[in-house]
Amino acid sequence: MNKKRWLTAVALVLLSVQCHFESRNQGEQLYSIYCQNCHGSEGEGLRQLIPPLAGADFLQQHQENLPCIIMYGMDGEILVNEKRYNQPMPPNPDLEPIEVANIINYINSAWGNDFGFVPLSEVERQLKNCRE
Amino acid sequence: MRIWRKLIAVWCVLPGLMYGCGDSSSKKQLPYLGNPSTAESGEEGHPKIPEFQFVNQDGNTVSPSTFEDKIYVADFFFTSCPTICPKMKKEMLRVYEEFEDEDEVALLSHTIDPVTDDVQQLHEFAEKLGVKSSKWHFVTGSRDELHGIADHYLASAMEDADAPGGFLHSGTFVLIDKQKHIRGAYDGTDPSSVDVLMADMKILLDE
Repeated sequence: MNKKRWLTAVALVLLSVQCHFESRNQGEQLYSIYCQNCHGSEGEGLRQLIPPLAGADFLQQHQENLPCIIMYGMDGEILVNEKRYNQPMPPNPDLEPIEVANIINYINSAWGNDFGFVPLSEVERQLKNCRE
Repeated sequence: MRIWRKLIAVWCVLPGLMYGCGDSSSKKQLPYLGNPSTAESGEEGHPKIPEFQFVNQDGNTVSPSTFEDKIYVADFFFTSCPTICPKMKKEMLRVYEEFEDEDEVALLSHTIDPVTDDVQQLHEFAEKLGVKSSKWHFVTGSRDELHGIADHYLASAMEDADAPGGFLHSGTFVLIDKQKHIRGAYDGTDPSSVDVLMADMKILLDE
């Protein structure tokens, strides 16, 4: 009886670890498809043209806007790590909320970033509020 | 029996000879690209880039004489391009940095969206990339001339309402020699292909 419970617990832990890695894996793959051309494989950006994501204070400070930015793009001047950027970011309207969540959780934890974990429910809630 | 021995001897010696021959002229020769029968032929019969006149990010005229005694790398892009252009520009920056102090090298990026990309827009773009206009020209002009010259560079460029950003174009980097012949075409989105380009540029400079 005890052994059975113990095995179940191990299985659950393994399953959740696997899920976590698959999400991260999907986030990384989606990043390479939708974001990497501009933001770079190391989140480094491109000179004064495209802002970095790696170590970007803007990313850390605008967590609640990220789902809308990723889905609908953005315009206008922004300040990232004290540098000005003003290049429109194109929308990615074909993404599903779960994909947006996986991208955010990838960029939040890649390249030394440690900006926390965003659950799908939160991404869905934010996406409902961004259409004008 | 004797024949076999001879054959074996030839088999062993031949590769050595070929190696020896190859060694004495080990430098890679760059090909001449393009089809002479359809392009304007130069004296040697190889296709040449025809006359053109565009305006760069400083409002200065750019024509073939801008590249006199220079080899140059040409590509096609537009500043609002959401797909492969940033990657191309990142790779072209590597070429820029590698040959920044080499006066016989220039870079030429044509916009294929001259309505959006006027001199002012290109000026800002070049400034944000942090590159000098004496080395890297970003040019605009008439839409037909820009799209027309793309054919001569073996690069495709066309408007397509369904394409992201409204234009379709290849990410090709084209290498042009001092006589305006096309000597190489490379995938400007692939770092390993751009490595080959930079090696070929050094070969071309030694020609």
